Amino acid sequence: MAVASSGTAARERPPVGGRSLRHFAWDSLTPFLLIAPSVVLIAVFVYGFIGYTAYVSTTKWYGINPDYTSVGLRQYTDLFGLPRFQADVSNTIEFTILFLLGCILLGFGAAILLDQKLRGTIFFQNVFLFPLAISFVVTGTVWRWMLNPNFGINLLFDQVHLGFLKSPWLADTHTALYGLVIAATWQMSGFCMAMFLAGLRGIPDELREAARVDGASELQGFLRVILPLMRPITLSAVIILGHISLKIFDLVVVMTNGGPGYATDMPGFYMFVATFRQNLYGRGAAIGMVLLVMVAVLIVPYLVWSMRQEVER
Amino acid sequence: MSAATTITPRRRWLTPWAVFGYALLLVVSVFYLLPVYVIVVTSLKSFIEVSHTTPWQLPSAPTLEPYGAAIEKLLPSFINSVELVVPATLLSALLGSLNGYVLSKWRFRGADLLFTLLLFGMFIPYQSVLIPMVLVLEKIGLYGGLPGLILVHVVYGIPICTLIFRNYYAAIPNEVLEAARIDGATVLGIYRRILVPLSIPGFVVVLIWQFTSIWNEFLFALVIVADPDQQPITVALNGLAGSLLAQYQVQMAGALMTALPPLVIYVLLGRYFIRGLLAGSLKG
Repeated sequence: MAVASSGTAARERPPVGGRSLRHFAWDSLTPFLLIAPSVVLIAVFVYGFIGYTAYVSTTKWYGINPDYTSVGLRQYTDLFGLPRFQADVSNTIEFTILFLLGCILLGFGAAILLDQKLRGTIFFQNVFLFPLAISFVVTGTVWRWMLNPNFGINLLFDQVHLGFLKSPWLADTHTALYGLVIAATWQMSGFCMAMFLAGLRGIPDELREAARVDGASELQGFLRVILPLMRPITLSAVIILGHISLKIFDLVVVMTNGGPGYATDMPGFYMFVATFRQNLYGRGAAIGMVLLVMVAVLIVPYLVWSMRQEVER
Repeated sequence: MSAATTITPRRRWLTPWAVFGYALLLVVSVFYLLPVYVIVVTSLKSFIEVSHTTPWQLPSAPTLEPYGAAIEKLLPSFINSVELVVPATLLSALLGSLNGYVLSKWRFRGADLLFTLLLFGMFIPYQSVLIPMVLVLEKIGLYGGLPGLILVHVVYGIPICTLIFRNYYAAIPNEVLEAARIDGATVLGIYRRILVPLSIPGFVVVLIWQFTSIWNEFLFALVIVADPDQQPITVALNGLAGSLLAQYQVQMAGALMTALPPLVIYVLLGRYFIRGLLAGSLKG
């Protein structure tokens, strides 16, 4: 209390030549006190919890009651031998590649169109961006119905004479994953568009002019000047959307529950099912750790690179 | 003269391209707007009409009945979501702004490393923390209802909020702070009287971002809230599909109801929403 009041006095009437040493010493601790709650929370909820999950993944815990009998790496070897998890891994890879391609092509195409100084582009920009504000659960609810082979989009294709586009969509093991890709791309491609558009608008006019003055055609200028400048943005988009794609959960639950068969099962969904529906805690923890490693491989170099770049700036 | 020659070829090149550009923009727009059309049209049909018409046909006798049914089913969870989102958003914004202030203006040794470790928290798959999270929430008596979910959203919201505020405060010149410091202002005094008033747009970005993310979230809500009376609206909407299997008109009305608050915010404050979005790629 005494310290606090001396601090107040110092604030109101600072002594000539600086503040009192005591005031300085106490106040210099304030920054640490301000971030302490967050640091403790993150230390526990992120790093502590990851450590605990890693520990659970080395135990044989199944059933409601914890069982910490060590089984070494058995959970992991079992997991990778499991047909369901093998399907999960290949589904995730296929989904991620298609989803990234869809988002980048659609997003870049839309960004180029919106960069053309046409009138009314704000309207279109909002049309491409609004799905980002919506829950995956809403997206899944709507697309689940639109991709219902008997009631949904197929009927529209009939009506507008595009019958060849008809597909069993979510009802068939061969096409269900594409249904998920379409819904996810619908939701997230605007993110790519926003990133590319910000990048395109950041290119100074002199640079575009320079390409033109050199006698390059519009297309050559685009390929030689604009496209290389988009490379770091594409990398960012791949990493950010890629890690979202690896973790995908909501759309799977809402649209397919992993089916038919394991056609749309993903690690993020199987972790939930194994842990909270089948009580296979050891296996759930192992899936969680595999997911974490996949995401970390993508994100950690990017994080370090971003921070280095910032220090240089 | 030289200005005219650079402008003229541009104009001529623009006109056919503009037509082509609009045509392409319209085609792409159909893809984005089709689900909106389906939601609106379907939610205005009666059950009988839904089963006898295609989703693309306009309702012959528009009815608000599906909305009545959706509100009856989802209103309690809508209120739950409001009770979840408001405190969680405010708390994470407060923590984020304090962290951002310290990490941008009171840089100590290791501050960048600490910041990087903090940021990693926003990328982790939550599946890798769910098991201990449930155990801890059970132990402290917060498992099963909204308070536990609020805590979890506040904690995992810290990284993105800190990031946005740190970038925001970095643009405020240090001289302003040094001047205040010489005048005898304390660390907290500088935050309250200088940083907070200057950071209203930063708060808008963070509040919008957190509101939207937490409103839309599904995994934590599904795992943590065991009590059906405390379910947030995303969980309830998904439950609707199970209980009203073929009642697509009610499902669509419910989907619209769930999407409404974030959409209203997007329409009113879209620019801030996009800033939050781009901040998430670490480059905003």
